[in-house]
Amino acid sequence: MQERLKQKALELLENGTADRILGWKIGEFFYDLTPAVFKTRQEIQEEFVYSPFAGANLSKYLIAESRKGGKVAVFLKPCDSYSFTQLLKEHRIWRENVYVVGVQCGGMCDMEKLRAKGCEGVLSVGEDGENIVVETLYGTNVFPRAELLEDRCITCKSKKVVTFDELIGEQGTELESDRFSQVAQLEAMTSQERFAFWQKELSRCIRCNACRNVCPACSCEKCVFDNPGSGVRNKAAADSFEESLFHIIRAFHVTGRCTDCGECSRVCPQNIPLHLLNRKMIKDMNELYGTYQAGADPDTKPPLTDFTLDDEEPSIVHTRGGQ
Amino acid sequence: MQRVGVFVCWCGSNIAATVDVEKVAEVLGQEPGVVFSTHYQYMCSQSGQELIQNAIREHSLTGVVVCSCSPRMHENTFRKTCEKAGLNPYMVEIANIREQCSWIHKNKEEATQKAVILGRAAIAKVHLNAPLTAGTSPVKKRALVIGGGIAGIQTALDIADAGFEVDIVEKEPTIGGKMTQIDKTFPTLDCAACILTPKMVDAAQNEKIKIYSYSEVQSVKGFVGNFRVTIKKKARYVDETKCTGCGLCTEKCPQKKVPNAFNLGLDQRRAIYIPFAQAVPKIATIDADYCTMLKTGKCGVCSKVCTAGAIDYKQTDRFIEEEYGAIVVATGFNPIKLDQYDEFAYSQSPDVVTSLEFERLMNAAGPTGGTLLRPSDGTHPKTIVFVQCVGSRCDDSKGKSYCSKICCMYTAKHAMLCREKYPDTDVYVFYIDVRTPGKNFDEFYRRAVEEYGVHYVKGMVGKVVPENGKLKVQASDLLGNRQLHIDADMVVLAAAIEPDKSARPLATMLTASMDTNDFFTEAHPKLRPVESPTAGIFLSGACQGPKDIPETVAQASAAAAKVIGLLAKDSLICNPCTAAPDELMCNGCSSCEKVCPYGAITYIDKEFRGPNRTTLVRRVAQVNPAVCQGCGACTVACPSGAMDLKGFSNKQIMAEVDAICR
Repeated sequence: MQERLKQKALELLENGTADRILGWKIGEFFYDLTPAVFKTRQEIQEEFVYSPFAGANLSKYLIAESRKGGKVAVFLKPCDSYSFTQLLKEHRIWRENVYVVGVQCGGMCDMEKLRAKGCEGVLSVGEDGENIVVETLYGTNVFPRAELLEDRCITCKSKKVVTFDELIGEQGTELESDRFSQVAQLEAMTSQERFAFWQKELSRCIRCNACRNVCPACSCEKCVFDNPGSGVRNKAAADSFEESLFHIIRAFHVTGRCTDCGECSRVCPQNIPLHLLNRKMIKDMNELYGTYQAGADPDTKPPLTDFTLDDEEPSIVHTRGGQ
Repeated sequence: MQRVGVFVCWCGSNIAATVDVEKVAEVLGQEPGVVFSTHYQYMCSQSGQELIQNAIREHSLTGVVVCSCSPRMHENTFRKTCEKAGLNPYMVEIANIREQCSWIHKNKEEATQKAVILGRAAIAKVHLNAPLTAGTSPVKKRALVIGGGIAGIQTALDIADAGFEVDIVEKEPTIGGKMTQIDKTFPTLDCAACILTPKMVDAAQNEKIKIYSYSEVQSVKGFVGNFRVTIKKKARYVDETKCTGCGLCTEKCPQKKVPNAFNLGLDQRRAIYIPFAQAVPKIATIDADYCTMLKTGKCGVCSKVCTAGAIDYKQTDRFIEEEYGAIVVATGFNPIKLDQYDEFAYSQSPDVVTSLEFERLMNAAGPTGGTLLRPSDGTHPKTIVFVQCVGSRCDDSKGKSYCSKICCMYTAKHAMLCREKYPDTDVYVFYIDVRTPGKNFDEFYRRAVEEYGVHYVKGMVGKVVPENGKLKVQASDLLGNRQLHIDADMVVLAAAIEPDKSARPLATMLTASMDTNDFFTEAHPKLRPVESPTAGIFLSGACQGPKDIPETVAQASAAAAKVIGLLAKDSLICNPCTAAPDELMCNGCSSCEKVCPYGAITYIDKEFRGPNRTTLVRRVAQVNPAVCQGCGACTVACPSGAMDLKGFSNKQIMAEVDAICR
């Protein structure tokens, strides 16, 4: 796959389709792939990487990249394409300056799960169909991909690339996933249990803002948390209340626009399952106002900024909250 | 911090009986920034206003809080009062301690406490108020009337009479609307055509009035004083400038089997037609659904017989763009379809007719030449049963919950005319209630009962069954407490009326609000009955609710008066409490644009200074203050908090909440 993408990147650069390529390169570690812009043939040949750790969602970078003049080509996995389409809907990306190469995805891998398999001294990780081939100092290990998948990929919602100019691999379809089962478990708790759960999770927050900075829906020109006028600005976690409020405010702000790409949880250095907050909002919205998937198309109105006569009354929201 | 003055009104005993006004004034006087606090019997009176003005001057007040009735009552009064004393009128806040406090509480202690809290919130808000200045926008001195029935015609005539240009857009080939189909009018029984057609001719001849017949409104842009409307002139395949209305084509056309819509399908017309003799404009129209030439390319008879050379089979829809200062909606009504009322056998027997069909059967220009004959066999009906409230005042889903208002009177008219013309007929009217409020209306109904011997029976018809050329009517007589079985020759159903189907899409175009029955809502049900809440949109006739002709004409003239009042102005003063985006925070996401019910928000690409002497082009929201009504929907839809409402900013509202929760 990496070679196909590399060839495509070179081809697009050379035939003039794009002036720049947005892809991934190795970050601090081989499993830490970082979004990068490639401008020359040499850069692509030397640095362009696509591996089972290319989880980073590139769509958000296009807000800035698409405005820089010239044309940028980007590789989007199915879940990234939902974020991309949502940003198109919000007029954040200048579509005419972007060439989208859709990439079919078999799911991304979690380094922690590889470590849990007892792999040490890992040199590189490659794909071989449904298997992941791990080269270590001590030899080669082969694992089925399914055993190493990131949690968000286990409950993948869709293999469909929503928006693209060309596609590498087969077009996929929306999947029946039980991504809300964990939310349902939380809902089944008593409010004291649930409070304890979130207190335990959120108390680890160091307010590094990684979740906000990576989130494609969190792309305001000026974030409320950076705005002195908003009354909620605070760089560091001042107290437990502050840190728990931060995540709930963020969940509310992205409701109706969150595509459930799961980047917030992936980048959290404290492994807080932040995506569960967003999923709870999505689940509630689906149940109250009918199923809605942000980023599934560029036209439909999100339920929270739309009104229909048969909308649920706010009282039912209150009733549910009281349960 | 502002220098705030607090003025607590007794409103006679309205407030003072339940709220300790003296204590409220005293407690609020301790609030930060309050430099003067008092109470007075009637703050809205001349001396009350002077008290405020004197305090502004003596204490150099920069903000005023009046604790009194609802701001809907006297906010304007107090704004003007303060303006005269040199204060910006938007530095005034009203704490509603009457409707929201004294009138709804009994316990004086609690009410006093609440009045203090409400006053405190208003003080917190006024500290963050900023002086606002209302802008102006120019007015295009031309009006559009949508719908050319009696309502639209009357409105147009009155506007034109005041010297303003006015255009009528009518979807049918002729103006005149429902009234052209009516035979006689209650309560005076003069002929509808005799009183309507002169008005139609007046409209056609008036230099200030332009009629777009066979046309529809395609799109509406802009705002009060400056609407841009695209009008679709539907292809009628006849050159309007050449057609003389001689009618030769309508006699020679070989396609004779077209249901005549003007006579509600009771007879047939040709594929090229003029709806009726007095049509305005009197121009033929080809019905494209039936014309052989348009469908197969073979025929062309009308073109051959037309001496004026007016037939043009290649005509297409044309679009005209016009600018207007005001728009009047006069889209009228239609009787509901009776498909779902099979108990009355409407679809089983041609002798069961609607009241409007009955009008055509009684009309000299109708299919029977004015002789009342049964549609089935052309014989004189001897027994006629009228059923009222068919689909009106109906609880179930198939009908309308409201009273259609006109049916009692026209049924009395029909019954009376039957007995007048054919004294040998037996006429029964089945009713739930007879509702006849209106000048000379009850007298009219009494005449039907007392002089004309119409049998009025309180009760509903349960079933109509066609049998051997008769209609077996089974009904209950509630006063006599018995079942009636009548062998009728005709049954006439007073179908409920509903707004025209074109009203709903039009309302969307105009961003004018409607009720659940698709009637247009008025700005205030009592005090502003002919204006839509959307500025510059006015309501005339049955599009606002069921109405008879006298009421329709009265409302049409009232709407015209409102339009004239608007068009007489050279510019409009805008409401300064409008939304405004903080461009530095705006993401350009269009959330606000999508929720704005008035279409006040647009987006532009604007250059901003970036770091290191670069420029950045960003998409940012722009609010047109002349269109914005200050509803605030955009401020809550904005994901980044860039949109705020002047006079009701997020900070002001939070300050009020904080003050209440303190």
